[in-house]
Amino acid sequence: MSQDIYVLIEHIQGQISDISAILLAAGRQLTSIHNSKLVAILLGYQSQNLINRISADHVIYVDHPSLAEFNQDAYILTVSEIIKSKQPQIVLFGNTTIGSDIAGILSISLNIELASSCSHFTQEGKIVCQICGGKIMTEAIPSSSTTLVTMVPGGYKPESNQLNFNPEIENFAPPPLNDLRTKNIRLIQPGSTDVDISKEQILISVGRGIQTKDNLELAENLANALGGVVCASRPVVDQGWMPTSRLVGKSGKHVKPKIYIALGISGAPEHVEAITNSETIIAINTDPKAPIFDIATYGTETDLFDLIDILVEKVEDAKSG
Amino acid sequence: MKIIVIIKLVPDLVEELSINSDGVSLDSAWLRMIINEFDDHALEQAILLKERKPAQVIAISPDYDGVDEVLFTAIAKGADQVIKLKGDFSNSNNHALARGLTPLIQEIQPDLVLTGVQANNDQDGSLGPTLAACLNMPFIGYVSGVALEENSVLLKKEYPGGVLSEIIVTIPVVLGIQAAEKPPRYVAVSKVRQIMKTSTIEEKQVSELNNNGGVKITRMFQPETNSHAEMITGNPEEVADKLLSIFKDIGVLK
Amino acid sequence: MPVNETAQNIFYERIQESTLDGEKLRNCLQCGNCSGVCPFGFVMVYPPSRMIAQVRANRFENILSTENIWMCVSCYACSNVCPAKIPITAGLMTVAKEELLLAGNVPSELQTALENSQRYGNPLGESPRKRADWTREILPEVKIMGKYRQPVKFLWFVGDYSSYHPRVQQISKSFVKILNALGIDFGILGPEEYSDGDSQRLAGERGLFEMLAEKNNQAFCKYEFQEIITTDPHAYNALKNEYPKLGISFPVRHYTELLFDLIESVRPLLNHPINSKVTYHDPCYLGRVNDIFNQPRQLLKEIPGVQLVEMPHNLKNSLCCGGGGGGMWLDGFQWEKAQIRLSEWRIQEALGTNVDILAVACPYETPRFEDAAKNIDKTGHLKIKDIAELLVESMGI
Repeated sequence: MSQDIYVLIEHIQGQISDISAILLAAGRQLTSIHNSKLVAILLGYQSQNLINRISADHVIYVDHPSLAEFNQDAYILTVSEIIKSKQPQIVLFGNTTIGSDIAGILSISLNIELASSCSHFTQEGKIVCQICGGKIMTEAIPSSSTTLVTMVPGGYKPESNQLNFNPEIENFAPPPLNDLRTKNIRLIQPGSTDVDISKEQILISVGRGIQTKDNLELAENLANALGGVVCASRPVVDQGWMPTSRLVGKSGKHVKPKIYIALGISGAPEHVEAITNSETIIAINTDPKAPIFDIATYGTETDLFDLIDILVEKVEDAKSG
Repeated sequence: MKIIVIIKLVPDLVEELSINSDGVSLDSAWLRMIINEFDDHALEQAILLKERKPAQVIAISPDYDGVDEVLFTAIAKGADQVIKLKGDFSNSNNHALARGLTPLIQEIQPDLVLTGVQANNDQDGSLGPTLAACLNMPFIGYVSGVALEENSVLLKKEYPGGVLSEIIVTIPVVLGIQAAEKPPRYVAVSKVRQIMKTSTIEEKQVSELNNNGGVKITRMFQPETNSHAEMITGNPEEVADKLLSIFKDIGVLK
Repeated sequence: MPVNETAQNIFYERIQESTLDGEKLRNCLQCGNCSGVCPFGFVMVYPPSRMIAQVRANRFENILSTENIWMCVSCYACSNVCPAKIPITAGLMTVAKEELLLAGNVPSELQTALENSQRYGNPLGESPRKRADWTREILPEVKIMGKYRQPVKFLWFVGDYSSYHPRVQQISKSFVKILNALGIDFGILGPEEYSDGDSQRLAGERGLFEMLAEKNNQAFCKYEFQEIITTDPHAYNALKNEYPKLGISFPVRHYTELLFDLIESVRPLLNHPINSKVTYHDPCYLGRVNDIFNQPRQLLKEIPGVQLVEMPHNLKNSLCCGGGGGGMWLDGFQWEKAQIRLSEWRIQEALGTNVDILAVACPYETPRFEDAAKNIDKTGHLKIKDIAELLVESMGI
């Protein structure tokens, strides 16, 4: 068995997903333990252009029409062959609609161990996972043969591994990929009807503190800058300043974004219960006693009217710089 | 058309969780178990399918404290048959459960096996893919729309950003349900109580519980929690700078 | 027109079974008083009198197909004003809600509250083990029966919102101060207390209500006490009028009744004046349903400096805050249909009397009125206070 660390790159519609950078960062940490190689697995169809966006030592590239987009059976058959042939120490997958769909199957069919929801590795290479909504953590040791690990974001900064964008390329021949039981028909883009905030990752939420309808523009500017969506607590929706589809709260939607920025929201129980599954909550409220600070990750008493314009400018600069 | 729904009970996160004295598992004395929310959606999706085309819905659950009420509620919602898999599941993972369920499912020969896309106590991957591999059936996860065709299933698989993939799969197939097409329906307590008096739960003994496939846990612990936000101070410039670096750390700024 | 006797009779049977005098529905004169006085009557497709007409014309499926019924907040205004004494709220409305629930037709917010009540014994979805956490820092320690295990004179049935809602917990703490100041021996069930279930019953979940009552009774039977007191009019109504129908019968008083009966002991403690104009809102389940009007007013009058004024809708004509009959958990739904909240109407009326303080005596009211006041009263002058809080302020403790 080799000590190399393998990463399955996830891509959709020609874009490499964010999780892939996180997997590579984790993989890079692991390779430093045994001084081994970081190998990215890229499955695609005429997707060579993606290779130099991958920061790894080595890329195993498989090209086949059935791999143009993610296809369960095609990916399973191909990755299976790669693992059998290369016997890597660890294979990292995203704990995602792609990675999670295949890791468990490979575990059974190849009779190898699987750990899921890993947030990071220790310096010695132990697998640290989170379960029960993040309330419980586990530490585990990889097996003596290949170990599969699905990872969640949070443990590594996506840009922390920026070393090598000139990987060696190995073209790997796919196994026979006819007679697949799963077949992709088409991809459907989200409709133009209003967004479903319960599925959004970046939410800028406004409460009573926004004071007037015109001030919503501040929230909108921040949302545009971050690629997020504006939502609101009940008082704002009641005023008719935002539609009920954007209501976050007991009477509205429960959300679970990566980041929830609460502008001028006090944090009444009826609102808080709908945001507790957010990964990070940032509360901006001039009242130091606002209950929202009890559940927020970060908070500031700075007046949103003094802060947001400056913040938007800085975000725009960072994006273009 | 036979549809099996696998329902797991998972720790209820409303209660405080504590760790066993062995240091590697949850203390079951304090644990309240509730139905895995995603399995509830899987059951709802199965009932919706049954309402559109004649089908038999069979719900199967491993034996946990509180499972009877869950299974009677499944009948009240429209399940035709419910089976309790007997055994001591307190230390078993999804690999063991998948292996334990396989002979029973093979005996029933379903067209569809639905289960939730994940559960909060998954440590060795979610149940769906593992079970599919044991049954040698294809698996699609993150499903939020199911339509039955002649010998196949047309479904919608969720990708980030609201993108959906329309996929066609051969039957039989295991599906990991992200969301049913409608939220799980309500059942009046009086209806469940009535079902408790008139219906029965079948029991099947699991033959073996083999955890192979899960990594060896050496430690289980609770992360330090902050009971208050980390406050950012300074003038607006400084606060904006700090927020910017937080955005970068989290990964919302590429 | 062909009449389907069977369906009509089944529904009538159910109404008769579930309420005393249910058959009086047949005597309706269609005078329309009920629809006129119903706070949400204007937005209902079938307000009460039209509902009765539909039922009698055997078209109650029409009613069940609208979402009408979920606008009812079980305030008893209709039953109060009916010349034929038809039990409209308890009979028609509650039974209609039961039918809807059985058909699985229930707004999602209410569904969550009902599922929470079933799973956690409270509609808020809070951990039952934490039901007495609000007592943690109080000295002397509040006696929790499961730990104390000695007889007490009064068992204080605290209630859901009084245990878990941060604003209402303040009122509970005030009440503890009053009990201690009066040297009253009391205990609470804490984690062994379940929701009284009354609002859930009125929202159509009779099975859930019975289950909660049984669980409370198990706790009641474990301990020795002379009487139950409660700060919650809904719990009061359940314990006084509904639990006995299930064979669970204990003497019970609302806290305003208790303090009124002890007024000679209360009076000397009220040393600090509260120089304010105060108006009192009669809670539906204390006033209109259970005829307790005088005691809360007398208590307020005992506070030096208080000038008590009446709102136009008072006593039996009080305007519901909108929380009853499941209304507490239908806010989004009702707001969407009506574009007004009953609590906001009430606040407007209070503002019209130019008072400084709106006094209340029900745990639903303080959060609902404070929320409404934020929207309606831009000056922020009007304060919402439970009578217990005013008494404590006047006691200077």
